Amino acid sequence: MSLLLRGGRVIDPANTVDAVQDVLIENGKIARLGRSLEAPADAEIVNATGKIVCPGFIDMHVHLREPGQEYKETVATGTRAAAAGGFTAVCCMANTSPVNDNGAVTDYILAKARVEGRVRVYPIGAVTRNLRGEELAELAELAESGCVAFSDDGRCVMNAGLYRRAMEYTLPFGAPIISHAEDATLSAGASINEGVVSTELGLPGQPAAAEDVMVARDILLAELTGAHVHIAHASTAGTVRLVRDAKARGIRVTAEVTPHHLVLTEDAVRTWDANTKMAPPLRTKRDVEALIEGLADGTIDCIATDHAPHALSEKEGEYDRAAFGIVGLETAVAVALDRLVRPGLLPLATLIARWSRDPARLLNLPGGTLSAGAVADVTILDLDTETTVDPSRFHSRSRNTPFGGWQLHGGPWMTIVGGELVRAVGR
Amino acid sequence: MGWTRKDLLSMRELDASEITLMVDTAASLQEIASRDIKKVPALRGKTVVNLFYEASTRTRTSFEIAGKWLSADVVNFSSSGSSSSKGESFIDTAKNIAAMSPDVVVVRHSSAGAADLLARELPCSIVNAGDGAHEHPTQALLDLLTIREKKGHFEGLHVAIVGDIAHSRVARSDIHGMRKLGMTVTVAGPPTLIPPFVQELGAKVIMMLRLQQERMSAGLIPSTREYARFWGLTLDKLARHARPDVLIMHPGPVNRGIELSPEVADGPYSVILDQVSRGVAVRMGVLLLLAGRKGGDGA
Repeated sequence: MSLLLRGGRVIDPANTVDAVQDVLIENGKIARLGRSLEAPADAEIVNATGKIVCPGFIDMHVHLREPGQEYKETVATGTRAAAAGGFTAVCCMANTSPVNDNGAVTDYILAKARVEGRVRVYPIGAVTRNLRGEELAELAELAESGCVAFSDDGRCVMNAGLYRRAMEYTLPFGAPIISHAEDATLSAGASINEGVVSTELGLPGQPAAAEDVMVARDILLAELTGAHVHIAHASTAGTVRLVRDAKARGIRVTAEVTPHHLVLTEDAVRTWDANTKMAPPLRTKRDVEALIEGLADGTIDCIATDHAPHALSEKEGEYDRAAFGIVGLETAVAVALDRLVRPGLLPLATLIARWSRDPARLLNLPGGTLSAGAVADVTILDLDTETTVDPSRFHSRSRNTPFGGWQLHGGPWMTIVGGELVRAVGR
Repeated sequence: MGWTRKDLLSMRELDASEITLMVDTAASLQEIASRDIKKVPALRGKTVVNLFYEASTRTRTSFEIAGKWLSADVVNFSSSGSSSSKGESFIDTAKNIAAMSPDVVVVRHSSAGAADLLARELPCSIVNAGDGAHEHPTQALLDLLTIREKKGHFEGLHVAIVGDIAHSRVARSDIHGMRKLGMTVTVAGPPTLIPPFVQELGAKVIMMLRLQQERMSAGLIPSTREYARFWGLTLDKLARHARPDVLIMHPGPVNRGIELSPEVADGPYSVILDQVSRGVAVRMGVLLLLAGRKGGDGA
C-alpha cells in the first residue's frame, strides 16, 4: 500500500527543506521525496498542489479524560478531534480517574488507543501517587509501560524535596518531568490573572509571580539534578526570561505555550464567558508579546494545546465556580496560522518546527521529520481556506472554546498517520 | 432622556446622564416615605423576585419595601431552604423562576458576574444587588443621593474610601459612579487590602468600608486590633485630619470599634442612617425605571 502526495510545498524543518516536491509513502514509512516521482502501481495519489506538506503535528499536552471522565472526552473522541485538527500524535496527561500513576492505567489507555485511537497516543504518567504531591508514583513501571514523560499537570508539586527526588529517580529513563508551574499559595482561590481586569471585575486573581516562582524553583532543581524539566503552558514574560537565561547557562529546561496564551489576554474575561477561564490564566499584552518572541527565538520549544474538555454544565454557571480549561485540538492550527503566521509574527517554518520536529526531539518520539525511513506521519495545511469556528461541529465530546465564531484564514487539510489517511477536509 | 436598558448590572456601564436620571428619579420618590399611606400604584400588576444567594438584611429589606410601596408583588427567595440546597444549580433555579414570568429579578450572589450571567440568560430585567467583589450599583446610587442632599452638588467633591477595597463591591461601584459625576476619589487601607491598579487620586467625604472578615482569607491583616488602631476612624483622627464639614458614610453593617468608633458612627458627621433611608427611594427608582421601561426589549 502506498500513497503519493503530489506537488505540495514540502516544509521539513528537521532537514531544512522548503520546496515543491512529491512525497512517496510506502508501508507506513516515508519512502522518498523528489520532483515528479513515479507513482507505484498500487499508489493512491493525493493532489497537494498549493498545499503545505509537513511532518505530522504532535500535541504534547492534551487531556483525553479516559478512564473516568468519559462524559467530557474519550480516547476515541479526543483522537478524532486531534486528527480533524491536523495532529498525528497526542500526549495525554495523567489526571484521569483513576489517575495514570501505575502501569495498569497506562496499559488501559494504550489498549484503548490501539483499538479506538485515530492518531498516536503517548501517555504521560503521574509524578506522585494520585497527584497528591506526597509520595512518588511507580515511575519506573510507568516508563516501562510506555509513558513518555511524567507530570502532575493540573497541580503543582509543591514539595521541592519530593520533586527533586522525582527528577533524580527518572534520570535513567530519558523522559522529562513536565511542570505545571503554579505556586498554590500564591494562586489560592484565583479564577483569573491578578491585574487591572481582576480589580475591575472583582474576581480573585493570581499574580504572574505564582508561575515565575515555580519556574525559577524548577530550573534550580534541574540544575541540581541534571534532569530535563519541561515547563507546561508558559503564560508569563517572567517564564520566558527565566527559561531563556537557564538555556543560556546550559540547564536542561524546555517549555511549551498554548495557542490561547499566544492570542488572548485577560481582557477577554470582561465577557464573563467561562471559556476564558483556564490555568494558567490569560495574562497581559506584555506577556503575550514575550511569549511570541520566545516562541520565535526558540526559548519556547513547542506549541501545545492543553486541550481540556469540560461538559457545558461545568462551564455555564458562575464564573468563579466554573471548571478551568478549554478544548484546543480543533482550533489550534487555524488560530495559529491566522493570528501568528498570517500577520507575520511567526515564520511558517518556525510554526511547523514547533509543532513537529521540536516536540518529537524533546520527548524522543517517532516522527517530527519527513526523512526517508521515518514514520509516515504527515500534516497537510491549506493556507487559503476560510473557516468560521463552529463548536457544534467539533469531533470532541466537549465544546468549551473561546474561539466560537472566529473567522480564520488557513487550517489543516489532511492528516496522515503511519501512511493512513485519517482525516481529510472535503473527503 | 429615558431609561432604555433592560438591566442594572454595574455603575461601570452607565454614563453620567443615566446615573443622574437614576438619582433624580429616586429623589422624586423620597417623599413617599414621609406619607401616612406609603403606597403608590405605579407597579401594580408587576412582579419582583428577590433572588438572594447571600445573607443580606439591609439590601433585601430595602428592595422589598421599595417594591411594596410601588404596589408590585414582591416574592423573596433565599438559597437556604430552597431547591439549591438540594443541589440545583444557580442558573437552573433562575431559569425556573424566570419561567414564572416575573418582571424584575433582583439578584445577590457571592460570585462576581452572577448578575451579568442572569441578564444574558433571562428575558426579564435584572437588578444587581451585589455580585461577589464586583459591583453593587444601588448602593452607589444611594451614596450619591445622600451626598447630593448633604452637599448640594457632586463636582469637585473629594471622597476617601477607607478599608478593605480589594473585597468590596461597594468601593468599585462608588469609584465608577463618583468619577463619572466629577468627584475625586482616594482609596486608603492596608496594602494587602488594596487591589492592584486602583488609581490613587486625591478627601471632603469619608466613606468607611466594613472589614469583611467573612470574605478575607486568613493573613491579609495581622489582627483586627491592629487594623482598628491604624485604619479605624476615631474622633481624634477626624479632628486632626478632616475638614469640619466632612461626611462619614458606611454601607453597613458596621463593625463598631473596628472601622468606626461608636462616637464617630453615631456622631454629628455620620450620615449612615440617612444612607439607609435613601436606599429605599433609590430602589423604588430603579424598579420603576426598569419595570416601567417603554418598548420591552429596549436593551
